[in-house]
Amino acid sequence: MKALGWIALAALAAGLPLYAGEFYVNLTSQILIAAIFAAGLNLLVGYGGLSSLGHASYLGVAAYSSAWLSLNLAMPHWASAPIALAFTTLMACLFGVIALRATGLGFLMITLALSQVLWGLGYRWVSVTNGDNGLSGLTRPAPFGINLDGATPFYYFCLVVTVFALWMIARLVHSPFGAGLRGTRDQARRMAALGHNVGLVRWLTFVYAGFWGAVAGLLYVYYHKYIHPTALSLTSSAEGLLAVIAGGSGTLAGPVIGAAIVVLLKNYVSAFVERWNFLLGLVFVLIVIFMPDGLVPGMKRLWLRWRGERR
Amino acid sequence: MTPALKIDGLRKSFGGLPATNNVSLEVMPGERRLIIGPNGAGKTTLFNLITGDLPADDGSIRVFGEEVRGMLPSQRAHRGLARTYQIITLFPKDTLEHNIALSLLGLSKTRWNAFSPLARYGHLYEEARRVLALVGLDALANRPVSEVSYGDRRRLEIAMALAQKPRLLLLDEPLAGLSREERASVKQLVSKIPRETTVVMIEHDMDTALDLAETITVLHYGSVIVEGTRADVVADPRTREVYLGH
Repeated sequence: MKALGWIALAALAAGLPLYAGEFYVNLTSQILIAAIFAAGLNLLVGYGGLSSLGHASYLGVAAYSSAWLSLNLAMPHWASAPIALAFTTLMACLFGVIALRATGLGFLMITLALSQVLWGLGYRWVSVTNGDNGLSGLTRPAPFGINLDGATPFYYFCLVVTVFALWMIARLVHSPFGAGLRGTRDQARRMAALGHNVGLVRWLTFVYAGFWGAVAGLLYVYYHKYIHPTALSLTSSAEGLLAVIAGGSGTLAGPVIGAAIVVLLKNYVSAFVERWNFLLGLVFVLIVIFMPDGLVPGMKRLWLRWRGERR
Repeated sequence: MTPALKIDGLRKSFGGLPATNNVSLEVMPGERRLIIGPNGAGKTTLFNLITGDLPADDGSIRVFGEEVRGMLPSQRAHRGLARTYQIITLFPKDTLEHNIALSLLGLSKTRWNAFSPLARYGHLYEEARRVLALVGLDALANRPVSEVSYGDRRRLEIAMALAQKPRLLLLDEPLAGLSREERASVKQLVSKIPRETTVVMIEHDMDTALDLAETITVLHYGSVIVEGTRADVVADPRTREVYLGH
């Protein structure tokens, strides 16, 4: 049954360009990018118990780095992408050292402060970021000579990267390291007494989450072919956090579902409803009221209850 | 012989209040030491300083000759130090077996593996079941901690510490909150701990604790006021003064 579900999902995803128009294919690409972003953040929020409001830093910095290298050094994508990823991951190493001096609200505020510094730089460091005008005139990569300019090839590119990212994240979650990470979330003091280096576990997770944020950033800049300081904004970080919480933090599917809700409301509903932010807030409040653990655990509970009643 | 635990001039203050005031003590390998004292004497603070849960202001803590002050709690665990908590500190949503597995992982390099599924490490769970069998909890191995009795949780706490085969074990009120039957069961468990493990225990249930310990340290206002064998401590007028007020 479970295998059938996976096959159906794979067929649905692989066949999307055959039955959906270009608008929906592009929308799904955006959902996939947001899913990687949220799934990385979920490692911190859901599995590490560390709520961050600064995850857009990694998305934005990776996107800006890649764009700057392409525009200023005429660097090809095969070189700019790994450099942007490495640079952003190094930044996550440093930010992790600073932010993990605190937990809880302190951690949240430090991550917010760090991201606000970058957001400010995005606007003010005009010689590098071109300020409010952003960086434009960018191109998409062409891996193995495959042109990704069309909606369909780019969608498949995003799909492959997303599947790989989610698989890697799932591996970590189910690994001994993942068990340790959940332990540090539930009883940090006890874990330390058992020999687990709580600080190092959290830092490595922070860096790993930052890396996937950077991957999402590269896809983001490839998709838009443009980067603006709003990518580094608090709103951008908050949308990621919202996706994780709404979908179900500490679950693998939750951030994907949450990312779909946020992107659909932002891009699709906004075409019909002017106050889409209001609608997003309302949806979030309803989820928190009726399914406080998020949609995925909530739906699972409903399904189990329904099955129980049917029996 | 190198002491299992040697503390010299240990100090810790909270604000201006000294919780541990120039404490020095020595525990020899294999010894069963009881730490007693009235509420607020600084017993748990002393344990927290030994394990690194709290940083000491001054003094030295040596475990089997090695200075551990300044080390992280996790590094101290890797030196053979294990503990239980006065307030039970477990992973309530997880199974008993998984709680022990986390304990075993703590000292294993496997804990850094971020790629292979934990389920692949069958030997970890086999060992966890063996440890649970030692404390009579193997039948509950797959039950979440939240579903087992308080007494079983106490035994699980001790089992988690014993799973690491510690050289020095600190038991913080292992009998607290237990019924008479549960108390007898935990007491039996503690008495069976092999002599390779040195045990330092805080306990308020004097009758039971005195049966388990060979030497006793009395703490009062963060200082050691009496130390010696059971007979020495019971006969010392300062012990009576602290406990009875005359």
